[in-house]
Amino acid sequence: MIRELHEKLKNKEVTSVQLTEQYFDAIEKKDEEIGAYLSLTKEQALEQAKFVDEKIARGEDFELLEGIPCAIKDNICVDGVRTTAGSKILDSYIAPYDATVIKRLKEKGAIILGKTNMDEFAMGSSTEKSAYKITRNPVDTERVPGGSSGGSIAAVAAGEAVWSLGSDTGGSIRQPASFCSVVGLKPTYGRVSRYGLLAMASSLDQIGPVTTSVEDAAIILSCIAGEDKMDATSAQSADKQYEDYLSGDIKGKKIGIPKEYVAGLEGHIKEIFEKSVEKFKELGATVEEISLPHADYALPTYYILMTSEVSSNLARFDGIKYGLRVNDNVDSNAKENDLPKTLLETYLDTRKIGLGDEVKRRIMLGTYALSAGYYDAYYLKAQKVRALIREDFEKAFKQVDFIYSPTAPEVAFRFGEKSADPLKMYLSDIYTITANLAGVPAISFPIGAVEEGGKQLPVGGQLMGKWFDEEGLLNMAHTFEISNL
Amino acid sequence: MLSREEILHIATLARIGLHEKDVEKYQHDLSEILDYFKKLDECETQDVEPIGHITGVNNVFRTDANEDFGDLGKAAIMKNAPEMKDGHIKVKSVL
Repeated sequence: MIRELHEKLKNKEVTSVQLTEQYFDAIEKKDEEIGAYLSLTKEQALEQAKFVDEKIARGEDFELLEGIPCAIKDNICVDGVRTTAGSKILDSYIAPYDATVIKRLKEKGAIILGKTNMDEFAMGSSTEKSAYKITRNPVDTERVPGGSSGGSIAAVAAGEAVWSLGSDTGGSIRQPASFCSVVGLKPTYGRVSRYGLLAMASSLDQIGPVTTSVEDAAIILSCIAGEDKMDATSAQSADKQYEDYLSGDIKGKKIGIPKEYVAGLEGHIKEIFEKSVEKFKELGATVEEISLPHADYALPTYYILMTSEVSSNLARFDGIKYGLRVNDNVDSNAKENDLPKTLLETYLDTRKIGLGDEVKRRIMLGTYALSAGYYDAYYLKAQKVRALIREDFEKAFKQVDFIYSPTAPEVAFRFGEKSADPLKMYLSDIYTITANLAGVPAISFPIGAVEEGGKQLPVGGQLMGKWFDEEGLLNMAHTFEISNL
Repeated sequence: MLSREEILHIATLARIGLHEKDVEKYQHDLSEILDYFKKLDECETQDVEPIGHITGVNNVFRTDANEDFGDLGKAAIMKNAPEMKDGHIKVKSVL
């Protein structure tokens, strides 16, 4: 879609200002129902679009992304724009700088329409945990869009943005992409700078694109990837143009299907998944069964490490330097402590009022896992199991080039179906979290739909690739997408 | 199950004030999830080196230099402070 719009801009069939206005019109018409956006940046967007149009009018070369409207998840800082991460504790926070990805997008002339809704601090799998509002699945508005990047995904699926950025800590780009029939990519850990992304779990978080085609995801990755001195974990990068690797040829590529993932599959998702496996075979790939022996331990490992990192990362939201402050609201059930009571109450009250239920639960779990006497049993143990999970992947990738499974064990569920039971909600991430634990790149793309109640509920397939093999991964998904088999 | 006292202790360590009505709910939720974490006990890890992250990179250094954000940059940062007095962020007494 990006290339097509780029050609239209080039041939003067449309101007960037017109395109941007079209998208704001679509937002005005649809977003009251969908609820994808938390804030709009209309003035800046139109100003930027006008600038691009002048450049095109002068006959200058312009970039693929230039003049094309996008949406940004509300946990990524855009200079001068409200950035809440879906939390009341940052209700009035105006980001004083651009995240590295935003800086790069601005340099390439991308037009930012606004910031999108999300589960508070990206903690959730349905976007029902946003402190502001729910987002509806454009395919069936009685159902959740998935999460935590539900707003970014719904904006693209509903035609309220050409593409968007999300963030993925345990599947927050891929699971909603699967629920809403779009493409979502989680790059290799370190491929994209996390500077300016509000940290949830620093060893797992990655920013990635949400698009209507695999080629679009490749184009955006080319723009945002690369080493950054502001993020010490960002990897040296050869500045690839990922869209140049989409050959449409996957002959001889080896796909592994983990027996541990498909053992429990049933019903329509199983059928659709098996059909997609056949399609990969017809396209020339070979398919074999593999084993990830520690797969069963991934979910508890993930939840121990993630909540531990959360408890540490979110300590900064304390009512002192920025964001909400609540002083001496009510008695906060404080235990005796060596801090002066007034200061302690500022911390306790601010976080009591400013943070939501799921965020508090995860901070407390992490605090418990890191606390004296429990550290070895939980955090250290999980770090060891993580090493074993990485080893599973190293072994698997000696045998095959890619690992394939459904993205989620289910289609989009109804509002309220899981929100009362945190453990049930966590199981929604069962296929996606291992990519974050192992750090490998993974992509979700549409492979079919299940009919339910007259609606076609989308199913996504997930490919995981070797570390830093985004080009191979994208080509696999692209070849699947363009084939008419 | 975690006791009421344990929940209040964790909450205070985490600097989170709790609504009275939520204490019991967290006792239940946290206990259930911690039980689920116990699954890892089945996994043999005796000779395994723990990893903190996946890249294997350690100790990335940079020049110890400060960046001046300028007056506008400073104002943009400071306008997010909840309470100010004489150009400083105001907090409750520490001593």
